[in-house]
Amino acid sequence: MSTHSYPLGRYGPQNASTWHRLTARGSVAWRLDWLLLLAAAGLSAVGALLVWSATRNRTEINQGDPQYFLLRHALFFFIGIALMGVTIWVGHRRLRGAVPVLYGISVLLALLVLTPLGATINGQRAWIQLGAGFSIQPAEFLKITIILGMAMLLAARVDAGDRDHPDHRTVVQALALAAVPVLVIMLMPDLGSVMVLVVVVLGVLLASGASNRWIVGLVAAGASGAVAVWMLGILDEYQINRFAAFANPALDPAGVGYNTNQARIAIGSGGLGGKGLFEGTQTTGQFVPEQQTDFIFTVAGEELGFIGGGLIILLMGVVLWRACAIARETTELYGTIVAAGVIAWLAFQTFENIGMTLGIMPVAGLPLPFVSYGGTSMFAVWIAVGLLQSIKVQRPVSA
Amino acid sequence: MSNIPETGRTPRVTIRLVAIQILVFSLLLTLGGRLWYLQVRNGAEYQEEAAGNHVQQVVQPAVRGSILDARGVPIADNETRLVVTANRTELMKQPDDGAVVLERLAEVLRMKPDEVKMRVRLCDAETPQPCWNGSPYQPIPVTDEASAQQAMQIRERAEDFPGISAEPTAVRRYPAPYGSHTSQVLGYLSPVTDEEIEEAKDSDSPFLSSDQIGRSGLERSYNKALRGDAGVDRYEVDKLGRVMGRTQSEQAEPGSSLVTSMDSRVQAVAEKELKKAMEEARKQNDRNTGRNYEADAGAVVVLESKTGRVVSMASNPEYDPNDWVGGIDAKDYQRLTGKESNYPLINRAIQGQAAPGSIFKVISTAASLKAGHSFNDRFDCSSSYNIGGQVFKNFESESHGAINLGRALEVSCDTVFYRIAHEQWKKDGGMTPNKKANDWFYEMAHEFGLGKETGIDVPNEVPGRVPDRQWKKDYWKANKDSWCKIKDPKTYADKIAKENCVSGMKMRAGDSVNYSIGQGDTLVTPIQMATIYAAISNGGTLYDPSLGKAVVNPEGTEVEEIKPKSHGKLPVSKAELKEIDKALAGVATRGTAAWRFEGWPQKKIPMHAKTGTAEVAGKQTTSWFATYTEDYTVVMTISQGGTGSGASGPAVRNIYNALYGVDAKGKQNPANALLPEPEKALPKIDRDGQIQARKDEKFAAREKKRAAEASGKAEETVE
Repeated sequence: MSTHSYPLGRYGPQNASTWHRLTARGSVAWRLDWLLLLAAAGLSAVGALLVWSATRNRTEINQGDPQYFLLRHALFFFIGIALMGVTIWVGHRRLRGAVPVLYGISVLLALLVLTPLGATINGQRAWIQLGAGFSIQPAEFLKITIILGMAMLLAARVDAGDRDHPDHRTVVQALALAAVPVLVIMLMPDLGSVMVLVVVVLGVLLASGASNRWIVGLVAAGASGAVAVWMLGILDEYQINRFAAFANPALDPAGVGYNTNQARIAIGSGGLGGKGLFEGTQTTGQFVPEQQTDFIFTVAGEELGFIGGGLIILLMGVVLWRACAIARETTELYGTIVAAGVIAWLAFQTFENIGMTLGIMPVAGLPLPFVSYGGTSMFAVWIAVGLLQSIKVQRPVSA
Repeated sequence: MSNIPETGRTPRVTIRLVAIQILVFSLLLTLGGRLWYLQVRNGAEYQEEAAGNHVQQVVQPAVRGSILDARGVPIADNETRLVVTANRTELMKQPDDGAVVLERLAEVLRMKPDEVKMRVRLCDAETPQPCWNGSPYQPIPVTDEASAQQAMQIRERAEDFPGISAEPTAVRRYPAPYGSHTSQVLGYLSPVTDEEIEEAKDSDSPFLSSDQIGRSGLERSYNKALRGDAGVDRYEVDKLGRVMGRTQSEQAEPGSSLVTSMDSRVQAVAEKELKKAMEEARKQNDRNTGRNYEADAGAVVVLESKTGRVVSMASNPEYDPNDWVGGIDAKDYQRLTGKESNYPLINRAIQGQAAPGSIFKVISTAASLKAGHSFNDRFDCSSSYNIGGQVFKNFESESHGAINLGRALEVSCDTVFYRIAHEQWKKDGGMTPNKKANDWFYEMAHEFGLGKETGIDVPNEVPGRVPDRQWKKDYWKANKDSWCKIKDPKTYADKIAKENCVSGMKMRAGDSVNYSIGQGDTLVTPIQMATIYAAISNGGTLYDPSLGKAVVNPEGTEVEEIKPKSHGKLPVSKAELKEIDKALAGVATRGTAAWRFEGWPQKKIPMHAKTGTAEVAGKQTTSWFATYTEDYTVVMTISQGGTGSGASGPAVRNIYNALYGVDAKGKQNPANALLPEPEKALPKIDRDGQIQARKDEKFAAREKKRAAEASGKAEETVE
């Protein structure tokens, strides 16, 4: 040991100080929101079990390996954690400078989907195939860049202390920034993501302190837009069918109402304690479609019952509670808006996803944050957690 | 105190953040509430739906129990046939949905490939037969006539025939021992109807759509015991119908066996004798009509006198019960239910009704006794009896002088009973009847069990008819409109109608005297008369005739005996019964039936008989012959067959000859006796539950030889 080639003196103190920086009282690790992290990780862990249960018998997609999806889900989870770490390390403030670039890249990726490079799944052209069984869904990243971009614009003059609230011109710029990718996603058409983005825009505007008129106007525009879309027949038949089936699930139990009906049977039959992991007959019988992704909650409902399903809602409640606390506690508007955007995103997407399996929302192709199988969505939500953590960590501390 | 400027923390933003938080948590609460509603409140409902989603039931048919005769010889059982079935679930797993396999199968079975495919396809609104209308999870029979070689080919090359199996399967069969058909008594099976499937759906014994149910005869009345309990295999299947596992299943429980009191040998004799007698009658000329007798239908019943058990029951025209096996075709069905063949499905022993003629006179005798006469009172058996200018003749206008009731039975004197019946009619008030008329003649008919079913354990027995005052009134009410339409009667029938219109609601003197000798509107069935004569033989007990003797479970461990039941006693004292018995013995020895029992060993086996010849308007006379010994009662009838002893006599004598082993000269040879006394014991049951069959090979050989001789003779005559 005495012949150690590196003198301890050179690296030791440095390492110690890095470690110290990370762990000392008032350090990054100390200031992280551990409750938020644990709740989100808990959701991903439950998700791993549910993905496993939904896919271990499905030889036609799991390449003969019952753990195929489980392992990939775990991999995505760890990559997600790493992305969160990177996001914290970079920090939401430093990202501010990179927002135009990130925004541009994500819009370009979304446009790529519309080219022959895009892949169509379930009538939606929302993926870019990367080969080796991987594909990305640019809409997920757009949720982040729209939040960051709008926050950057809306908070710039307020955080500089020029104004109390964003002026009309800034709001118009911010809305324009959001409108471009929303239009692209509409063309895919990925209606679920459009719905999420509209809600995100609304949340962002709310938190920015923009004039009430903008809020009211946006809600009205959203409503009339929806009516227009419906009346003008822009929607594809499958989308109309989803709404029709939502309005009346008994309409055609073998056809369009099938998914919602089977999903509800799966969840309802779980009862209080569920049938036990791997014991769900609806799940093993593959009566519910897209069960590892959009309909993952039905596995929880059937196999883990009200207790398991309630736990997922509770964990999501903890995540959102922490996110709200972070939004409230930060004093800079930029951080507040980013946090509010993330809250609107996660809350609405969770409500829509679980709500559709429970029959209180129409069916839309959206993953359940943290829980559903799917790389892009997993990465996006963990980056979002990174942003929240960063806002908390970098909060201006009162002396 | 904070020294940081409160940028971006305007009250507006703070309030809005609180609003967002409230909104977010109300969304989550909504989810939680809805989840509770679905899972906890309505969970049971969805659990049921989920269960129905993925459990498929495959019914395993139970093997139907056998029907045996009193010696354990099967008269209905099952034979094992090689049934080739196709399993759709397996076929659908193949890339071409099993097309190649089915073609291969068609080649082995030497069937057309299209036919095999059609049998395996599922029925729906647009698919014509042949198609499978059962559960798609049920193996679909392609043929039940595969040879052992074909089955072997399929089994040895199992890899070439995925989803195809060739299994021995039980199929109903009627072995017809000794050549006896026992057709109407056995009944038949036919496929279950949709309604029946629906009804039994939730019971513990559901029907397969390919199931068969007993539709008549013993197959119907003992259907429940015979059919057993179908087993149910429950498979969990996924969305595509692929079997994932097996959940709780119930084994099929084979049906119980029914031991009857029938003796197949006696049945064979009875059927043969009935047929022969009818053929013989058709050769005889009917003096009344100038034509040969039609002898269109007939029946013979052999009962155990002391129990009412049925030893044999034959009805002609008959049919081969095996016609029904494997589904009856349209042509056969037409034949069995058609007028041309005179409805062979009808069991004339319990469903054929006719006026009884003189065999009714035992009831008239009882009525005379009830009316206050004694057995030894003498009555004038004149050649005719006159009522207000209407002359009622004795049979063939014979006259026997003053005789007692016993002798009146022996010689079947009509005028004696006319006299008594007329006198009673007058006592009851004549055309203006007393409020409480005795109506002994009608009362006795009811008490002897006429006008209602005997309660035999096969379905669709008819009650017959006692034309009493009530019936007359009802009948008149129902028909008066058509009778009274006739204003200017010309034909005989019109005149009768006109008369009926005026007085048909009343019991007229003519009605009463006609009735007393078993003519007129009275209707009886052979089984009713057999029950009555058996009661006279056994000291007065009217038994419910029964075919079923015991139900034996498939393991042979439980034997449920069916005890004889009675539905009353004859309303006659022991002493009077003895007198009637004596008179009926007289009929066989010196009365109207004596010529048919010439040489009968009367001392050893006292024979009793009563002949009857009933007139039917517009038809030839019905032949009736009611007889009994100490142990057996035999009643026979031939519609449009002629006189009682003439048409039915030889057949009845031959049945007794066979029962007791008496030869043509009257010599009894116990070795030849089929059943010198009723079979009391039940057949023995082996340790493995098998019921032993004591097949009478000697009798079978004898019958075979006789049949060969008969056909040889027939050929000779043809040449």
